[in-house]
Amino acid sequence: MAQALPAGQKWWSGGKSPFSVEYGKLMMWYFLMSDAFTFGAFLISYGSIRFASNGWPDPNVVFRSFPIIGEMKIPLAFVSLMTFILIMSSVTMVLAVGAGHNNDRKGVMKWMFLTILGGLAFLSCQAWEWTHLYHEGAWWGRNPFMNLNGSQSSTNFSNFFFTITGFHGFHVFSGVIINIIMLTMAWKGSFERKGHYLMIEKAGLYWHFVDLVWVFVFTCFYLL
Amino acid sequence: MDNTHAAAEGNNEHGFSTKAVWRTFWILLIITVVELALAILYYETDFLPKHFLNGIFVIGTLAKAFFIIAEFMHLRHEIKNMIMTVAIPAMLFIWFLVAFLWDANSYKNLRNNYDRYHVEKSKTPVKENKEEHKPEGKKPGAME
Repeated sequence: MAQALPAGQKWWSGGKSPFSVEYGKLMMWYFLMSDAFTFGAFLISYGSIRFASNGWPDPNVVFRSFPIIGEMKIPLAFVSLMTFILIMSSVTMVLAVGAGHNNDRKGVMKWMFLTILGGLAFLSCQAWEWTHLYHEGAWWGRNPFMNLNGSQSSTNFSNFFFTITGFHGFHVFSGVIINIIMLTMAWKGSFERKGHYLMIEKAGLYWHFVDLVWVFVFTCFYLL
Repeated sequence: MDNTHAAAEGNNEHGFSTKAVWRTFWILLIITVVELALAILYYETDFLPKHFLNGIFVIGTLAKAFFIIAEFMHLRHEIKNMIMTVAIPAMLFIWFLVAFLWDANSYKNLRNNYDRYHVEKSKTPVKENKEEHKPEGKKPGAME
């Protein structure tokens, strides 16, 4: 569990890292906090507009399609697949970090590779979802879906959907790039030379953050 | 340099448990599957009021968030004061969320009270206008 501070220990007098954590890792946490507030602000503005609206499209009706199979009787099937892919990639990322702790270069490379694959799979799914919705007539400024009660819906629905999932997708994309760089560095032996795999851990924090945001986006747009 | 090395060693002290990682994975998967099952069940049968269901979804999401942060991001195993530097702003964030949603709800109620046109428009079903549903078709009088 969480470590308590031993009595009488001077943590802030210098000479050691106050939280027993590397500076870069702590700063990554605080960057993630700032990014969390940005996403949070987007999602809260979405929630506020939705709370203030009398009607809204039903996600069970809007998000029914599946690649190749076409429309399924089970709504939300495709987005479930996307969630599963992203959570799996988070697991492989944790295993990469674990391999880094054991200085297992080949293990790190294997798990990082799988994480990158997961990220690319998620991006492909999101691209398909966007393309499909675009062909149904949805885009920034265009909303072809009716509200749940049949009344005319506003473009708020599609504007928010594309903006927030786009912003998240951009984070997934940058995360994949960072992971590719991590894989390359591991392959070239940069971490072996440094003696530690701490950078993988920081990239891992970013990747888990991306997964975390998806959990909230998934809930707000598809479940609630 | 020394700090980094010590920190790297310190992380190994509380050990790295693959078992805990997979256990967290299963918990996340089960919560997600339950949420989806409830969503689909609601869609087919309307068995619970939506508000109640939304409450379940929110609690499930917070549980997932807690596990991702605590286990995958390893925050549970950090020094307690560091956890606080993350947890306390998150609590303020909850205040942010509640305040905005409450205000939005109030806006909706006030507007519905005073703007009858708005209320009527939200209840009027969209007329099925065949001509408007052909985005590729040309309107009469359109140029080539």
